[in-house]
Amino acid sequence: MNWKTFFALLSRDGHVARRNLLPMLLQNLLQPLLLTFVFGRVLTASGMMRTGFKSVLLPGVMAISMVLSGIQAVAMPVIAEFQFTREIEDRLLAPIATAWLGVAKIVTGMVQALVAGLVVIPAAWLMMGSDISIDFSHPLTFAAICLLVALCSASGGLALGCSVGQTQIGLMFSLIVAPMMMFGCAYYPWSFLAPFPVLKWAVLINPLVYASEGLRGVLAPMVPHIDTLLVLVALVVIDAAFLALGLAKFGKKAVS
Amino acid sequence: MAIGIRIEHLRKVYDSPPPSAARGGGFSFTAQRSAGKGEKKKKFEVVALEDVSLEIRAGEIFGLLGPNGAGKSTTIGILTTRTRPTGGRAFVGEFDVWKEQVSAKRLIGVVPQRPNLDFALTAREILLFHGAYFGQSARERTRRTDELLEKFKLTDRADHMVRNFSGGMMQRMSIARAMMHDPEVLFLDEPSAGLDPQTRLLLWEIIRDYNRAGKTIVLTTHYMDEADALCDRLAIIDHGRIIAQGTPRELKSSIPGGYLLRVRFDRLPDDLMAGLRALPGVTEVRSADHIAADLYADRGGPLIAGIAGAAQEAGVTLCDVHIAEPSLETLFLHHTGRSLRD
Repeated sequence: MNWKTFFALLSRDGHVARRNLLPMLLQNLLQPLLLTFVFGRVLTASGMMRTGFKSVLLPGVMAISMVLSGIQAVAMPVIAEFQFTREIEDRLLAPIATAWLGVAKIVTGMVQALVAGLVVIPAAWLMMGSDISIDFSHPLTFAAICLLVALCSASGGLALGCSVGQTQIGLMFSLIVAPMMMFGCAYYPWSFLAPFPVLKWAVLINPLVYASEGLRGVLAPMVPHIDTLLVLVALVVIDAAFLALGLAKFGKKAVS
Repeated sequence: MAIGIRIEHLRKVYDSPPPSAARGGGFSFTAQRSAGKGEKKKKFEVVALEDVSLEIRAGEIFGLLGPNGAGKSTTIGILTTRTRPTGGRAFVGEFDVWKEQVSAKRLIGVVPQRPNLDFALTAREILLFHGAYFGQSARERTRRTDELLEKFKLTDRADHMVRNFSGGMMQRMSIARAMMHDPEVLFLDEPSAGLDPQTRLLLWEIIRDYNRAGKTIVLTTHYMDEADALCDRLAIIDHGRIIAQGTPRELKSSIPGGYLLRVRFDRLPDDLMAGLRALPGVTEVRSADHIAADLYADRGGPLIAGIAGAAQEAGVTLCDVHIAEPSLETLFLHHTGRSLRD
């Protein structure tokens, strides 16, 4: 393993990500924050929603933000770099096995997902005002869930980025990302889907469900949520699958 | 220590469309669709290389000459680990390029047919990061970056994003990047495509310079004059096969009647034409108009005395003689029946 090369690849991605940090945050945060403001502030202040809804919303918005950022942080550059101009070629010629370039992409994506997730906490607080209760009594579980969610979104982003062409980006968002957001249990706990039995089980293929429910479990344990241990197991399984899939697709895409 | 290259029975069949645009290839191979009995006929299959064996000697400038879609870029792709061979083996130095990719990658620098610069970075950053990928120390890569930017006349644009560079600047940048880690073998895929004549000469000089430092150079081209001017040895490739190889001189002298003498007289009577045809070594005489004739012959200069004698005999004045040496163009024509530009 050639660590010097690996860190150089990472520092290149970090360098580019830092340059694009603000636009990326705005892109991924604005929509969830506006939703937070409307649902968490306008509707609760008017009495249409109960104040407790704020605590349901915060972990969900955090999950959305992480998953969306992780996917985008990896998929978009991968799509761009593999297209016509083959910008990635120079890095594929670096003296390191090509899979490590995929790993470097995932690590960069994870860092960006974590930043995007953690930024939500103070931002949502500002948006929603008082009456929001967050529980920080399980910091290790919180950290573990954050890392697993970040890995899941970044490796999922790699798999997606290697399967989608430049012309299909719009389609990717409307067919994959949008339904994922709506059926990701971000704006409601999973147990609220009880009246829709088919949907209730179908949404379990959506990784965002585990992200939302897992963060809800640690940050707002009083809200109904899927058992944290189950969430952890599901995330580990999904992470392993996405990682294997992402790296396999990357390896295939890298050579002709 | 210069590094040689060995290619043994290399074969490549693409079963999905290759990223031809990226490789810049006009992939116009003879597509051979597999028409297996009972199988679906639509399976994509393109034979890019068919049993190619080559030996590129350490420290030489080696040229792969052929028309678009001949298999030049695929050969370079395999030698630079970017294309998986379907059969056969290729070695850079002692390393099998497919099985020992990392070791092979350390030895090579690649200038692609189309610039594939990292658009997210500035010119300086591209070189600095490239050096870092190859494990250069911060001090070394800064020094080398400054040196190369200066050499390729890019210093004043060093801190600009490369996406706004002109085609020629991108090409210079690609070459600078390939030389950044001082590779033992430099691959250049169609290096002078799209360059103006002046930049082309500069490029040739840079390539010769790099070669003088003991490095092996492998380049592809479909320009005969480039192959002729630059290469120590050549392989002519067409439809995925090597059809001839050797030094430019050897290759050219392998064609019978390779010389072309264009002569002009004050007039050209029939008996002079007959006299020219009877000269030793002349294979064909064509009369362009009533004063000029093209002689195809196996010799050049030694024929002039004979031509002058025949003219004197016919009472005609010889006005002009031009001798064209055997060219690679004629050679290609000779082997394939087609012009290189087809």
